[in-house]
Amino acid sequence: MLSLHNINAFYGPIQALFDVSLEVRQGEIVCLLGGNASGKSTTMKTILGLVKPRGGQVVLDGEDITSLATPQRVRRGLASVPEARRIFPRMTVRENLLMGAYTRRDKAIGDDLARVLDLFPRLKERLGQSGGTLSGGEQQMLALGRALMSRPRLICMDEPSMGLAPKLVQQSFELIQQVNAQGVTIFVVEQNAQVALSIAHRGYVLQNGAMALSGPAQELLHNPDIRRVYLGEVAA
Amino acid sequence: MAFLEINGLSKSFGGLRAVDNVSLSVEEGELVSLIGPNGAGKTTVFNLVTGIYPPSAGRVALDRQDITGLPTAQVAARGVARTFQQGRVFAGLSVADNVRVGAHVHLDAQRPGAGLVARLGPVGRVVAPWLRLPWEAALAVVQPPRVQGEETRLAEETRSILGIFGERLTPRWEDPALSLSYANRRRVEIARALALQPRLLLLDEPCAGMNPAETRELQDLIALIRREFGLTILLIEHKLDLVMQLSDRVIVLDHGAKIAEGTPAQVRHDPLVVEAYLGRAA
Amino acid sequence: MLDQVINGLVLGNIYVLLAVGMALIFSVANLVNFSKGSVFMIGAYVGWALISQLGWPLWAALLAAALGCGLLGVLIERVALRPLEGAPPIAPLLSTVAVAFILDNLGLLLFKPETRAFNAPLPTWRLAVGGVNVGLLDILIALISLGCIGGLYLFLYHTRLGSGVRAAAQDRDAALQMGVDVDQARSLVFGIASALAGIAGTLLGIYYNSVNPAMGFSAGLKGLIAALLGGITSLPAALVGGLLLGQIESLATAYIGLSYRNLAAFLVLVLILALRPEGLLGRAAQRGYEVTTGVFFSVGKPRRVPRSVLVGVVLAAVLLPLIPNSDYVVQVLFIGLVYALLALGLNLVAGAGQVSLGQAGLFAIGAYGSALLTAKAGLPFWIALPASAILAAILGVALAYPALRLRGNYLAIATLGLAEIVTQTILNWEGLTNGPLGLFGIPAPRLGGLLFVGARPYYYLALVLVAVSAWTLTRLGRSQLGRTLGAIREDELAAETYGIETGQYKALAFGLGAAVAAVGGALFAHSSTYISPDIFTPAISVLVLTMVILGGLGSVPGVVASAVLLIALPEVARPVADARWLLYGVLLLLLVRFRPQGLLGREPKQSLSRGQTNVGVKSPEPGLGTQPEFAGTQGK
Repeated sequence: MLSLHNINAFYGPIQALFDVSLEVRQGEIVCLLGGNASGKSTTMKTILGLVKPRGGQVVLDGEDITSLATPQRVRRGLASVPEARRIFPRMTVRENLLMGAYTRRDKAIGDDLARVLDLFPRLKERLGQSGGTLSGGEQQMLALGRALMSRPRLICMDEPSMGLAPKLVQQSFELIQQVNAQGVTIFVVEQNAQVALSIAHRGYVLQNGAMALSGPAQELLHNPDIRRVYLGEVAA
Repeated sequence: MAFLEINGLSKSFGGLRAVDNVSLSVEEGELVSLIGPNGAGKTTVFNLVTGIYPPSAGRVALDRQDITGLPTAQVAARGVARTFQQGRVFAGLSVADNVRVGAHVHLDAQRPGAGLVARLGPVGRVVAPWLRLPWEAALAVVQPPRVQGEETRLAEETRSILGIFGERLTPRWEDPALSLSYANRRRVEIARALALQPRLLLLDEPCAGMNPAETRELQDLIALIRREFGLTILLIEHKLDLVMQLSDRVIVLDHGAKIAEGTPAQVRHDPLVVEAYLGRAA
Repeated sequence: MLDQVINGLVLGNIYVLLAVGMALIFSVANLVNFSKGSVFMIGAYVGWALISQLGWPLWAALLAAALGCGLLGVLIERVALRPLEGAPPIAPLLSTVAVAFILDNLGLLLFKPETRAFNAPLPTWRLAVGGVNVGLLDILIALISLGCIGGLYLFLYHTRLGSGVRAAAQDRDAALQMGVDVDQARSLVFGIASALAGIAGTLLGIYYNSVNPAMGFSAGLKGLIAALLGGITSLPAALVGGLLLGQIESLATAYIGLSYRNLAAFLVLVLILALRPEGLLGRAAQRGYEVTTGVFFSVGKPRRVPRSVLVGVVLAAVLLPLIPNSDYVVQVLFIGLVYALLALGLNLVAGAGQVSLGQAGLFAIGAYGSALLTAKAGLPFWIALPASAILAAILGVALAYPALRLRGNYLAIATLGLAEIVTQTILNWEGLTNGPLGLFGIPAPRLGGLLFVGARPYYYLALVLVAVSAWTLTRLGRSQLGRTLGAIREDELAAETYGIETGQYKALAFGLGAAVAAVGGALFAHSSTYISPDIFTPAISVLVLTMVILGGLGSVPGVVASAVLLIALPEVARPVADARWLLYGVLLLLLVRFRPQGLLGREPKQSLSRGQTNVGVKSPEPGLGTQPEFAGTQGK
């Protein structure tokens, strides 16, 4: 469904990604793991069109979208839950959710709103409250709900666990599984390898901007190399 | 009492506790690393020590003197130098001038009375600059021998500091810093910090954006300057290989709080640390 | 009393229309739009032409003004601002200053400078309720302006596109990820803000029964003051700011006098910037830790001018007046040298990264200082000259003191306001300055037995003073002090981290710069023997800033050359002399876009702009001030 082919990306003079390739298939949860500054976020930004790669291709449903602007990608069914959630702080919960449906013109938006609110009853209680006043966990729900409002076929999530208490991390990954069960493909970039791998089908691991490991999630979960990628080689 | 003593330091931004009741100490000559996941509050600790933010609570003492909430410039005058995560060189100044700026607090001939001003009362602190600065400007224009002598000494010192980096910086001595590669900018930052003749050096991710070869080179360099100058260093770094090899002690922050402290070997096997980095098993 | 309140309300409503546009643009584009006042003036003329000349009905004329100005706004955004994305924050600001300059002077050329009567065929009945006298027009203006605000509110809060605009203002990247076309939203916002300015222009024209090309500057500044007073990021804040400013002005007029109206407004501006830059309703931002570099253009050291060229130029300058019949040329070059002093002063300040639009104020202080010390206190010129320079230095630091904490956009606005305070004070302090009549008979200097007559002695004196200043400033630039100021320019926070007391050094730069500029003012006053407050216009400040940028920031010979060139060239090209100010505007616009490093500046060797070092973070307007709507992620 989504694939990256040999992406090379730069921040000014610094090369952040080296020949990164990956693939997400219909119906999967795929996670991209890596420590700090490994290139995870840059990969996500490349997929969303916020960073233009200097080499390589981004392909969505067989179409090369490398040169498309972000809004055009959204119109093609790509939704995102940005890093740190990026709720619109001075919009109400309801307005935030409707922003998710910004590119839609159909009449079923109201129905979808009801469905999202059924999925997240907490948001229903806070419909008129402004986004900035929500707790971290509620914001996570709102960001996910907002993404669902575009009726996406693929949701890209950037570090959903960031800044959340462990219990909330657990909850939000359960939500991700629920959403996936409804047929939405999910690509999640995460630092928290244990949690991400526990729900993902497959995983990739970045190190210093290059792909270090990949494979089925269960295999990666027990792969000792992962610990080395994160915590460094043991000093001899 | 340790050389750097941080006690119960806290800082909140809005509702978020970026640094939460952190206490740590660094002995003279020690190299201590501060590690932790993104957003753990490491850089905020640096910003609190250097007076960029006033802390919400807690004290910072350097060599038995309380420096909590002191203006940034005065923290520098007491011998604290730092580098920045993003490599904040003075882009429009030459490499040499960047390093010379590092020695600003040591310019006695060119900045007469500057050290005195900080010790004055509140009235004196407002009045004194009106007298001092025109004098400083006059010296800058007239350039009497004492001033020239100081600049000459400074130039020599700059040359010897840049010499530490071998052929990396010396040929680019006159070039503006903005023409440098990223790795070289990080080196200029360290050179600038050395020019301050720091009693405490704070390094904020000096290897960010460097490739493995450059990282190894910098690791050797940090070890070298530590030996040569007998520096006390507090280091933030994500490249844990380097941290483990360089540090006497490692302190781990997560969500603004200290979760572990010990030798590199102790820390890397601490289950809390593994969890902070890899996440808790679901 | 109540009548004054009504007056203030009407005026306030017009300010609200302007302030709302300012706030909209600030939140979406993070930019203070200086061209707003000029669009307002154009709107006023559209209204005047359609109503007064062609007899259109009011509603049709308002609609046309809104539409025309709206399109103009979209055009300004496309031509002057969009190409500057990624440039230092000062670039778009200067670009709007240039647009304002172009539009204002285009207005002068097209509509001629005189004030024209604007008679709207409206019924003139007035309503007297309990001693309060309300005219139909007052009510109409209030209704139209409230209608516009209401319409804008409906658009922003109840349409899809409106929600896109708000989302873009709060978090640009997140809005993109929702599918909002942020560029389109920006265009739209410029269009709306300009349409409102057009309506406001027509309304004010009708209210005062007159239009003139100069009305834009003060209106634009008032709109900005209103927006800043409220807190520049929101609709309600703009509403409160506009109405409050209207009241303040109206009360100042009633209780102190009409001529104090502007002074009151500018004092409000400086007070709010100094005490509460986030505005009455705004939220204060945390001190920015993000990289604050790139506030001003700077791309390394400017090219050195070879010594032989310098010697040649100086020699030519010395010999030139000996050519017979060169009186006129000498006079023009003298003015060029006066501007060179103004530009050298600003160059020092800009060298510390500070953007000032207040050079006209220092020019005035130098001129009035020396004129008064000689004419009224009877001091000899040779004492008055340095005394007025010292006076300007002290006043410069004292005036700039509240502005020293500000950066970029805010500093530029504050200095503009400070210069206005200076000229307004001169205008109102009639006992000392003769007010609007100006000072006559400023005595000529006497050197030994020689009395200065004609342009030549002034020219030579100016030449000497420019040479001395240039030499001094060059020495300064190469010293420890130049390095220190450079460090402040490049990164204030990093400079402080290395022990530099940035506030003190900025003050020093302001003081020295003021002294140099004041010398230019003094020369000017004595050579022309007559000065009045209306000489020292903000246009001079903009021109001087253009000179500094053209010369290549930090290049002393470059700045002197560009000052003389910019003054002399329009004289040489006689046919365009009328349009000289227009051309200055075009020049500034082109410079900002294509050659921000100026004539003698150097392109950086590598395309490593500093913005890129700040990995992945698009930092908002650096420094103190309001928190732009989209800054910060509250979820963290």
